[in-house]
Amino acid sequence: MRFIRAMLRNPTTSVGVVLCIVVVLGALLAPWLSPHDPAEQSILDRLQPPGGEFLLGTDTFGRDVLARILWGARISLVIAVTSISAAILIGGSIGMVSGYAGGRFDLLVMQVMDVMLSFPSLILGLIVVALLGPALLNLVIAIALTAIAPFARIARAPVLSLKQRAFVEAGRALGFSHARVLFVHILPNILSEVLVMGSLWMATAVRTEASLSFIGLGVKPPTPTWGGMMRDGFENILDAPWLSIWPGLAILVLVLGLNMVGDGLRDATDPKLAGT
Amino acid sequence: MIATVVRRLLAAIPTLLAVLTLVFVIVRIVPGDPAAAILGDRATPAAVAALQAKLGLDQPVWAQYVSFLRQYLSGDFGVSMVTNRPILADVAAVLPHTIDLTLAAMLIGTLIGIPAGVSAALHRNGVIDVAARLLSLIGLSFPVFVSGIFLLLAFALHWRIFPVIGNANLADPLDRLTKLVLPAATLGLVMAAYITRVTRSAMLQVLSEDYIRTARAKGVPWRGVVWRHGLRNAGLPVVTVVGLYVGILIGNSVLTEIVFNRPGLGRIIVGALNQRDYTTLQGLMVIYCFLIVVVNLLTDLAYGVIDPRVKQA
Repeated sequence: MRFIRAMLRNPTTSVGVVLCIVVVLGALLAPWLSPHDPAEQSILDRLQPPGGEFLLGTDTFGRDVLARILWGARISLVIAVTSISAAILIGGSIGMVSGYAGGRFDLLVMQVMDVMLSFPSLILGLIVVALLGPALLNLVIAIALTAIAPFARIARAPVLSLKQRAFVEAGRALGFSHARVLFVHILPNILSEVLVMGSLWMATAVRTEASLSFIGLGVKPPTPTWGGMMRDGFENILDAPWLSIWPGLAILVLVLGLNMVGDGLRDATDPKLAGT
Repeated sequence: MIATVVRRLLAAIPTLLAVLTLVFVIVRIVPGDPAAAILGDRATPAAVAALQAKLGLDQPVWAQYVSFLRQYLSGDFGVSMVTNRPILADVAAVLPHTIDLTLAAMLIGTLIGIPAGVSAALHRNGVIDVAARLLSLIGLSFPVFVSGIFLLLAFALHWRIFPVIGNANLADPLDRLTKLVLPAATLGLVMAAYITRVTRSAMLQVLSEDYIRTARAKGVPWRGVVWRHGLRNAGLPVVTVVGLYVGILIGNSVLTEIVFNRPGLGRIIVGALNQRDYTTLQGLMVIYCFLIVVVNLLTDLAYGVIDPRVKQA
């Protein structure tokens, strides 16, 4: 509770929390908030400017932009949450086991992680989705792959010092297995650090998903995605600039919110870093 | 200095080998047969088998790996399966555009980011600091294709100050420059946001050090303290971030090239993806990774220049 209060005392974080809540509520309540079906086409209403019946205008198929933005938020959030959770689970476990084991095994694992880090993340995501095919699960795999190495590094660093501490030695002396020491006794001590990075990486995941969709490697149409909407809008930028502006602002609001929350979490968990 | 360079170069060799291995694994780990994917659904089994033989995919994996390593280590990046042109020739044709864009973006990023970060640190919690922090957070949150499209809408379509898109004529410096401004601003502003944050936090740490107080006590003018003693010592984390940023810059340049319809490495990679040109994809992945390894090497060497203690270590 004190942690949440410390976090919310920072005005930037509070704004970030509000921005994220707005997007999450928009996504959850999309069926009730959407004035129209996101896939409903109406050729007579194509490229309507914002206002009137269509608050944010319509696209080239006469679909309501507001409805598509609300439903598109679901895709962005689902992909960001699942891909980063997977990266935390896989990368975090690799980092913890590697740091705990130490020696040559640690050296080898970290070398592999360093090599993965030397790949430009968007290019890696681009190639993985292109090879696997554009689908929701494949996007999750591609984005998770780009985030595994950073989480392995983040989880490993504190384990290196924690494993020297008395409580770990005591656990081993009591006959606890390595797995129990690692996941029951060490894990709670590194969780906050990993989760803080998780929120910052969620912002990166939203950006990456939108970028891949913009390139044409996102979830297939007619499912609405913000990046895909930007792509369609970009093709009509001269006649209908609102098609690019609204989804662009939606992406900005969510990524900015997540970054603000991530910064706040980081400051609240490590007061030394506060305001840096 | 030469010994350091040689040592770092030797240390980069295993990384390069590992990067090559990972590229090999990624392209082959994916389910499905590349030959069948390239030829499409209507390909006959004979045509697929012929292409497999041409690509060497009928060989055992270890033999493929050995010939893959031999090919790239001898500097042969292969031939595009679609155009039949050497990949390096395609890359060389667009390289001036990519170099223009990258250098201009780095220039904008450092020219805005370093002074903004230093001023923010000097006016901690003041108006300048709050503005710098907020703007850098917004800058970091903009995916480049969104900021690129917004800049395009404002400066090319609404105010008509810069050309909308374009393949710059390399022989005409003015044309080259005007077509560079918006794409470079798109990439550079995001980079400036990163550099502002890192410079600010590094400067805050350095300015609280004892040697800064000593320099001030000795009567060194404040400007000298900040720029000579402060920034030089804050330089290491800043250089590290600029080095690490190259990976992000590469990804961002792909999106910028698409938005502004500029020729470049990014456009080649997207074209190769659309045409399922595996050899070009593989070649470009290797080129990108080499580039990052080289930048990491240069970053390591820059440490020695900024901080002589690193060179002695």
